[in-house]
Amino acid sequence: MSERRVSLEVLRYDPETDSEPRFQRYPVPYHEEWVVLDALNYIKDHLDTTLSYRWSCHMAVCGSCGMMVNGEPVLACKAFLRDYPDEIRVEPLLHFPIERDLVTVIDDFMAKLARVKPYLIPARDEPASAAERRQTPAELKRFKQYTLCINCMLCYAACPEYGLMPEFLGPAAIALAHRYNRDSRDAGRDERQEIIAANEGVWDCSFVGACSEVCPKHVDPAGALQQVKIASTVDWYKEHLMPWVKK
Amino acid sequence: MVTIRTDVAILGAGGAGLRAAIALAESDPGLRIALISKVYPMRSHTCAAEGGAAGVIKADDSLEQHFHDTVGGGDWLSDQDAVEYFIREAPGELVQLERWGCPWSRDPDGSVAVRPFGGMKIKRTWYAADKSGFHILHTLFQTSLKHPAIERFDEYYATDLLVDDGRCHGLTAIEMRSGQLREFRAQAVIIAAGGAGRMFRFTTNGAIKTGDGMALAYRAGVPLKDMEFVQYHPTGLPNTGILLTEGCRGEGGILVNRSGYRYLQDYGMGPETAPGKPVLKTMELGPRDRLSQAFWHEMKKGNTIPTPWGECVLLDMRHLGEKLIDERLPFVRELSTSYLGKDPVTEPIPVRPVVHYMMGGIDTDIGAATPLAGLFAAGECACVSINGANRLGSNSLTEILVFGRRAALSAVEYLRSGPRAGNERALTARTAEARERIRRLFEITGGRVSISGLRSEMMDTMEEHAGIYRTGGGLAQACARLSELRERHAGIGLNDRTNVYNTELLQALELKSMLDCAEAVAVSAQARTESRGAHQRLDFVERDDDKFLRHSLAHHRSGQPPRIEYRDVVVTKSQPGVRDYSGDKK
Repeated sequence: MSERRVSLEVLRYDPETDSEPRFQRYPVPYHEEWVVLDALNYIKDHLDTTLSYRWSCHMAVCGSCGMMVNGEPVLACKAFLRDYPDEIRVEPLLHFPIERDLVTVIDDFMAKLARVKPYLIPARDEPASAAERRQTPAELKRFKQYTLCINCMLCYAACPEYGLMPEFLGPAAIALAHRYNRDSRDAGRDERQEIIAANEGVWDCSFVGACSEVCPKHVDPAGALQQVKIASTVDWYKEHLMPWVKK
Repeated sequence: MVTIRTDVAILGAGGAGLRAAIALAESDPGLRIALISKVYPMRSHTCAAEGGAAGVIKADDSLEQHFHDTVGGGDWLSDQDAVEYFIREAPGELVQLERWGCPWSRDPDGSVAVRPFGGMKIKRTWYAADKSGFHILHTLFQTSLKHPAIERFDEYYATDLLVDDGRCHGLTAIEMRSGQLREFRAQAVIIAAGGAGRMFRFTTNGAIKTGDGMALAYRAGVPLKDMEFVQYHPTGLPNTGILLTEGCRGEGGILVNRSGYRYLQDYGMGPETAPGKPVLKTMELGPRDRLSQAFWHEMKKGNTIPTPWGECVLLDMRHLGEKLIDERLPFVRELSTSYLGKDPVTEPIPVRPVVHYMMGGIDTDIGAATPLAGLFAAGECACVSINGANRLGSNSLTEILVFGRRAALSAVEYLRSGPRAGNERALTARTAEARERIRRLFEITGGRVSISGLRSEMMDTMEEHAGIYRTGGGLAQACARLSELRERHAGIGLNDRTNVYNTELLQALELKSMLDCAEAVAVSAQARTESRGAHQRLDFVERDDDKFLRHSLAHHRSGQPPRIEYRDVVVTKSQPGVRDYSGDKK
């Protein structure tokens, strides 16, 4: 076992006793293969049983353990100690209210996911059938990337727009709407587009691309957002300047 | 006390719970449905399933074949009427997911693609690259948002079932955000709360898989069935236990020992097939129990490779090429590269068997009903049993769909039968008892028993004595040790006396769930003096159909080890025979 240790400075906050968050420092053994989550588990098991945080799969797919590590939004289960200096600061995800320690309140995100109608809306004239629909690999490829979002919310923590304007639907929700819009089996784009275009913030997204940079699954929400904006603009022009053209 | 009144309470919002919720909403939009989970739905462990879901769809396949693969794969411990129902319903459920938008991988003509899987004679595993469970879970979760009748209670931890007069009338749960106990009064309850793999140290299972649903039913008097059957998946990353899907071998990956020799041919699964040209139901496409057992023998012979994380064999996928790996197994590449620093495109990956799945669980019948009226169960927490003594890979993702829906239909039927309401006073008293038990945990002062210490002892016990091969002596030690741990658990005191998101309290309760499940595993394993499927005894090496073509039923007894009873397996058309995974069978 290695002698080396790292120091984790972890944000603590208990709404029942603390008027504001504070930091607590824990010395943790260093292991080449450990991720920040392993270090937190070490603290929980051996140093301080009162520390609270969310985690489950430890393989970057359940999306539970998003947090700020040295100021960057990351999945704690994929942030290796070896990539950080010996002083590591761990805080809850930025832009979300703190519920307790590293646990954030994510009601806003959950509501936004639901708002964009993230389910197949088949065409009205699609015959009722219990059969499998065809979809070519090329058609699948048009939206596959946007299905990979694990709802970890790192993109919300990275998004300057969401920080300023909490009404903004935000990167993951818009990318999810875009995922269904691009699915060859779906006919619900108009319904979703209305919700997105009417939402505050979409037009202010400055395409700095921070959301795509932090995405652990390379979903590229920034790309989705720009495509959605362009589609909305085209819709507007068609509707107002060329009303005789069908969308 | 806040009381939530609902028609059906579903505990667990993974694949089975979500499927049940949607089926309830579709059957009657007027129903009130409470979907309760200790995590947000997307965090449920269904998301970690990789390989795919089995269902007969292609012209070269038949229900008959899927039936025989499943029953033989389960070493004839499956109830065959349940398997017949499961197989018949499977294709419809997978198509239903397609219609809800699941991004299944496709053949060039646009039809759903299927891949080979272990123990299956025909290719019938539907997949979405190697994130099948993830896509199934998210498709179900997103589809559930269409239904206003489904009211979610995210991050509520269930503590007790409310039982009166031989019927289940709801449950109590801690709202994590406030730390307050809530009472759910329901006409029917469906448990879909997943497995219990965390009672072992080395497991593919996420932190949440602590057997809470199983323990809840067990303590309410419902037996746990066939708990001795614990599945080891043959290919886990040796340091973290992260799963590398059977799809790796389905696509043509091979397993070799330290000499580069494909050792499976020495264990009744030969002759050797060409690398990259997998032949169904033989060599690397044998069933999981046989492959994990072969590893154990190789280790005993000194043929495995020592690594800092224990003995390993190598999973070699290099011959598949980068293009195929990126298309079919992108997650496997990401996981191996990130967590082990080895890229399957250029290096063989060290792997070892890892605890993956509980074949056993809450005793249910073919209709997903438990013996307790008003209580239903589905998914890994339940034992119908279709999986028998060894589950075939890709049957469980289908199982959560088929039996998630079945549980919902049975619950609706039960509601329509007009079940008697529970006695108000009695149920209120039950809730008060539940609250009192939690309160007492906060009162124990100077508790010297640490949760992590006790959990560690439990894991060591299970790893040492309840693993791939077992002995009567080892199991006796495990039983004694687990009894002792159960008693010591009563002395746990909390350092964290706060209410909001108290994960120490949660861990104390989860540990109790795991200890209950672990004791059921060990006691059932000790009583089964034969070897069958995933339960292998070094002191009873043969399968014994005369004595043990039967399900074990572990009944909870307060403050004591469980009492074990047996029930005959349902045989319809397949008499117990020889499990033949050799390539040259006739």
